[in-house]
Amino acid sequence: MLDIDHLLNKLEADLRQIIIDRHLTQPLMIGIHTGGVWVAEAMHQRLGLNEPLGLLDISFYRDDFSQIGVHPNVKPSQLPHNIEGRDIILIDDVFYTGRTIRAALNEIFDYGRPNRVVLGVLIERDGKQIPITPDCAGERMVLTAKQRIKLTGPEPLHFHIENTAGHD
Amino acid sequence: MTDNLQLNAEGKLKHFLTIEGLSKPLLTEILDTAESFVGVSDHQIKKVPLLRGKTIVNLFFENSTRTRTTFELAAKRLSADVLSMSIATSSTSKGESLLDTIRNLESMFVDMFVVRHAISGAAHFIAQHTAPHISVINAGDGQHAHPTQAMLDMFTIRQIKKDFAPLRVAIIGDILHSRVARSQIQALNTLGAAEVRVIAPKTLLPAYVETLGVTVSHSLSEGLQDIDVVIMLRLQKERMTSALLPSESEYFKCFGLTEGKLKIAKPDAIVMHPGPINRGVEIESKVADGPQSVILKQVSNGIAVRMAIMSMAMQPQGAF
Repeated sequence: MLDIDHLLNKLEADLRQIIIDRHLTQPLMIGIHTGGVWVAEAMHQRLGLNEPLGLLDISFYRDDFSQIGVHPNVKPSQLPHNIEGRDIILIDDVFYTGRTIRAALNEIFDYGRPNRVVLGVLIERDGKQIPITPDCAGERMVLTAKQRIKLTGPEPLHFHIENTAGHD
Repeated sequence: MTDNLQLNAEGKLKHFLTIEGLSKPLLTEILDTAESFVGVSDHQIKKVPLLRGKTIVNLFFENSTRTRTTFELAAKRLSADVLSMSIATSSTSKGESLLDTIRNLESMFVDMFVVRHAISGAAHFIAQHTAPHISVINAGDGQHAHPTQAMLDMFTIRQIKKDFAPLRVAIIGDILHSRVARSQIQALNTLGAAEVRVIAPKTLLPAYVETLGVTVSHSLSEGLQDIDVVIMLRLQKERMTSALLPSESEYFKCFGLTEGKLKIAKPDAIVMHPGPINRGVEIESKVADGPQSVILKQVSNGIAVRMAIMSMAMQPQGAF
């Protein structure tokens, strides 16, 4: 069983290092609904960022509308009006296929042209389908195709691995 | 299976033709979905890629400014390709039948028709006869229905008043010729407003008006008491074939909304109008442009609400 505090500590340490190494200036942190926002809230507090956390709901940018349609109760994204030239730290809970991040980047770029975007996730699992990789992760895991990581929260943050009946 | 043409086998929206027969949860889902589209207009790039690659044809057999432009903008903000046709420039004026026009457009791989027509039931007729993968949205048919206008009005009311349950809503003016009023009455009753009151001279009310689920008043001063939402309707001069009113100025004297009359309603009442406004006929400029007016907010909300309805109707249809 993985310890959530351990993962958060590791992600925090990696992000601090990236901020220094890449000279991120007043980074804007953005969490992806829903799990990513919980993780981002924790990181936002630990890193002592002043600017409010940005929230992103990528439902309108997903690439599977033709299969699943529009999801009701999409929470409106809350990003600052001008993200032109900003350094952004994008946070999600689990990195899997990479499609969520692609959608998130598309949405962010519709708000403006950031200077750079850094991706941090709590867990990076195998199975990516497009050439996008997180810059840092609390943990990297190899799972079978039927296994899914499920994060619950926000207080306390907890995750477990589910075995689904889905396709391999 | 459902016998409602508007819904697919799973009970999801396929066409949007009238409010009638749609459930409270479905109307609420439309409002909730619209809520999420409001922010799109604030983006630097005012677009989401939801309907990319879809083709929408606006088929306007009747004049319209607001409705056509907001439908067009809504489609464009969903990244769909839009074609707006108006009767004056189409083959219908050369004698082509409605169904032939539809068949020809279908052959161009269209995914949705947005229809405005002077004949009641036109959108319904097209929905019945068009290819199964095509969705039809009613943008106003005769005196029958204008459901997207009603939904954007409901959205605006909810945005300001939050809850429908305690609300007393007055709809004032030419109820007889108004497809907007019919759809508003159905939507308000489905969403559970405490009272829908129509205020109009007898000549501008349909004969069966009480059966629509409304209370009736023939006096503006009496009718405006305890009202939370005042909806003014346009005096539809072009539809008046017989002398239903003595004169416009007489109408304004009795049923025109002035600052003084508005004071009879609750102090926090909002004033709405579907447009276009006849200033000095049904509403005084001071009220139309005043602090209680939400008329321009209605127009902006029209985009988000139409985006919601279009994207919901374009969802993958499991039944086909």
